[in-house]
Amino acid sequence: MMNQFSRLNDMHMDVLKEIGNIGAAHAATALSTLLQKTIHMHVPSVELVPFEQIADTAGGEETLSAAVLLRIEGEAPGNMFFMIPAEEANELAGSMIGRSVDLTVEPMDPMGASAFNEVGNILAGSYLSSLADFTRLDLQPSPPAAACDMTMALLSSGLIESSQYGDYAIVINTKIEESGGTAASVHGYFFLLPDPESLDKIFQSLGVSLDE
Amino acid sequence: MNNIIKVGMADLQCAVPPSTLRTSGLGSCVGIIIYDALKKTAVMAHIMLPDSAMAKDRSFNRSKYADTAVEDMISCMKKKGSPLYSLKAKMAGGAQMFQFSSSSESMRIGPRNADAVRQLLRQHRIEIVFEDTGGSSGRTIEFDPSTSVLEIRTVNKGVVQV
Repeated sequence: MMNQFSRLNDMHMDVLKEIGNIGAAHAATALSTLLQKTIHMHVPSVELVPFEQIADTAGGEETLSAAVLLRIEGEAPGNMFFMIPAEEANELAGSMIGRSVDLTVEPMDPMGASAFNEVGNILAGSYLSSLADFTRLDLQPSPPAAACDMTMALLSSGLIESSQYGDYAIVINTKIEESGGTAASVHGYFFLLPDPESLDKIFQSLGVSLDE
Repeated sequence: MNNIIKVGMADLQCAVPPSTLRTSGLGSCVGIIIYDALKKTAVMAHIMLPDSAMAKDRSFNRSKYADTAVEDMISCMKKKGSPLYSLKAKMAGGAQMFQFSSSSESMRIGPRNADAVRQLLRQHRIEIVFEDTGGSSGRTIEFDPSTSVLEIRTVNKGVVQV
């Protein structure tokens, strides 16, 4: 069932962790500049997560999150999420357009949504371009899309590709947080979900064989 | 004592009163309930993909795909003594959470899931008493086999009972 994943050993996990490290470091810098705040990045985790537990990594199934999803196209396709709690997305988007925003209300406030989308786009874009530099793979982001809803419902949109191979996804998860974190400080997650077929490509590009 | 049986992603569970069946955070996935209102038995599945022909692993999880899940749901109800003609269905989910300008095939999976389930239920002549599908909202659903009431919760519309 886990044929594509069962061959992963500690070294492979470390390589993927490094990818998360490089990508998120660039994105965190971009966010610091954007917010004029110091953003701290946690050590990325790389896990083979059963679908059941995937929402737990971002605060639980029914918590409200705002997410920007972009599809990675090119040599190593996959999905990339930038996800933050809904209230923080409201604050972030609100501070950008200078009035209060509630992204959870349908239909989504077009100005607010577009501001949040743009933040996600900048962050995911910088994550992805450093990933492409590091691996020397040709990777292009699709135009991003934003949504605000139950965490589980959002994340499941990124599982379609993985779900054809098994009940697990490889998740490269990096948590970012405002430094000196109070309860009100910004924190969010980057999720990189490579399509199972892309793992070979990523390892090859970095000179690591999947069968070692 | 009310006992909630949790149905996970790509999972299938049966229940009789006083237990209820619940699945959370349906996005593009579809929650299917097949039930016998007289015998008060029900089975719920949380499917992710429309067709098991999409499976790229040989020993795939049958509850993940609409076709194999519906098959298993019907045989589960038959085993509990409910013939096909006594079965009815409710369904919810199949949303498109992210509105992409360039709509790739995998992003339209929600509507495709809902279509597949609808078609399969029709093939088996199981009446769909209620469906709440499509749109762009996540749904959490709970079904009570003792009353055949389905509770649907969304962020915007709160709780609706059908």
